[in-house]
Amino acid sequence: MHECRWPPMNEMNSLELHARVDAIYRNESRRVLATLIRLLGDFELAEEALHDAFAAAVTQWPREGIPDNPRAWLVSAGRFKAIDSLRRQTRFDASVTELARQLEIESTTVSDWDEESVADDHLRLIFTCCHPALPPDAQVALTLREVCGLTTEEIARAFLTRASTLAQRIVRAKAKIRDARIPYQLPSTEELPERLDAVLRVIYLVFNEGYSASFGDSVTRADLSSESIRLGRLMNELLPEPEAIGLLALMLLHESRRTARTTPEGDIILLDEQDRTQWRQELIEEGSSLVERALRSRRFGPYTLQAAIAAVHAEAPSAEATDWEQIVGLYDVLLRVEPSPVIALNRAVAIAMRDGPQAGLELIEAILSRGELRDYHPTHAARGELYRRLGRFAEASDAFQQALELVQQGPERRFIEQRLAKLCL
Amino acid sequence: MKYLCLVYSDESTLHTLPDSPEDSECLAYAEKVQASGRMIAAEALQSVHTATTVRVRNGETSITDGPFAETKEQLAGFYLVDAEDLNEALRIAEGIPAARVGSVEVRPVRELQVESPSVQAQESHA
Repeated sequence: MHECRWPPMNEMNSLELHARVDAIYRNESRRVLATLIRLLGDFELAEEALHDAFAAAVTQWPREGIPDNPRAWLVSAGRFKAIDSLRRQTRFDASVTELARQLEIESTTVSDWDEESVADDHLRLIFTCCHPALPPDAQVALTLREVCGLTTEEIARAFLTRASTLAQRIVRAKAKIRDARIPYQLPSTEELPERLDAVLRVIYLVFNEGYSASFGDSVTRADLSSESIRLGRLMNELLPEPEAIGLLALMLLHESRRTARTTPEGDIILLDEQDRTQWRQELIEEGSSLVERALRSRRFGPYTLQAAIAAVHAEAPSAEATDWEQIVGLYDVLLRVEPSPVIALNRAVAIAMRDGPQAGLELIEAILSRGELRDYHPTHAARGELYRRLGRFAEASDAFQQALELVQQGPERRFIEQRLAKLCL
Repeated sequence: MKYLCLVYSDESTLHTLPDSPEDSECLAYAEKVQASGRMIAAEALQSVHTATTVRVRNGETSITDGPFAETKEQLAGFYLVDAEDLNEALRIAEGIPAARVGSVEVRPVRELQVESPSVQAQESHA
């Protein structure tokens, strides 16, 4: 039997107990779920078992006190509830009998709640939700639902999707996990880089969805950023690989500028015009020290390099006093690691800051002449800005007009309109 | 000479049309061909939502959800493998040399839902 740390109900008020159960739910429910999925081999069954386990806790704990190890109690209760419910089904389906029997045997022989196996279960859950055989939007939805514990309605609101669409996406993903037999497993050493990449991509996608606040209710969207940072911290705790560290650093460094990057009306403020006293120093310090740790590993990749660039910006007292030499150097490495036209565009802008607008413009024109980024509005906005600095206002105006034709989101549209209006003054 | 007979259908209506076959009929026919000594392997597949496509380009494996749907390429061959789970099946698929230039669609086999297979088999052999 579990020892009771907390006194029984008559010595403890029920409000206090409810608050404790709530806190245990928040801290433990995802980990309990992760272990139950391993033990029961099925998402739906595990979710039902988790629900039943907490229902049992709410009735039993007031009488018996909160157990010493609530997580172990919940896993054990959840499993017995699942065996019970399988037993009831066996009257209708003989194939379930064997499963129920196996679960009982395993339950008496395996210890399931030491810290290490719980951490592994948590990772198994993350890797399964982000399995590359699932469609990308389902990976995101499933991770937010199962790993973060968000409700389907919350996820739908944050992504401006209908709850029914989102629920169906999750149901289909679970069906594929079951029917195609996607295993509940940690990736092998040789699979790890690719599989970790998939997990980090999901986390970064959630972060960007919340950070770009390009449409929708900005409060809900900010929640997505904090969920993704929480996921990033979790990955760092469970599997501190250099790129996982780099991604967390990148998110923290971006997050440090959240309030400074828009006006109260939601208009965009560029980096060089932001009030740097509003940048959150504690996030910058944490992000910068993580970047250094990731760089020291010498096994870093694109997330770490982008974080390093963000850290150079974050540590500069002003836009003019930024170490552009170092930023260009980091973009050179980034472009080698991940050759992409968007990175080439960012590098061109950094070169314009180091060597003057003409040098940057030539690089951007070269990207366009390769047929790349022609429909990407930031390309034309950057061209407009560099032409403006050269005093070539007619060309600047043309470029901003082209950007306006391509831009879709409100704040970005207003930003380009303002730049254009300034030209005409 | 060996021949590959590929079964195509619109899976949304495969089981619902008046003339749609029952699984028992499918099994009976398969066993009839088996009994004639002409069968090498035959399986029904799970629905297309279980499909995963594997490609290898420049030594990098890409795994995507969904069936292979490029009409300009044609079916060039098949492997029927017995794997522990999808991960193992995908590892085998990425090793198929043609994955470097084409695509390999990985689909789990579906167990036919038949009440008591042995009785069905006897009937079909009779």
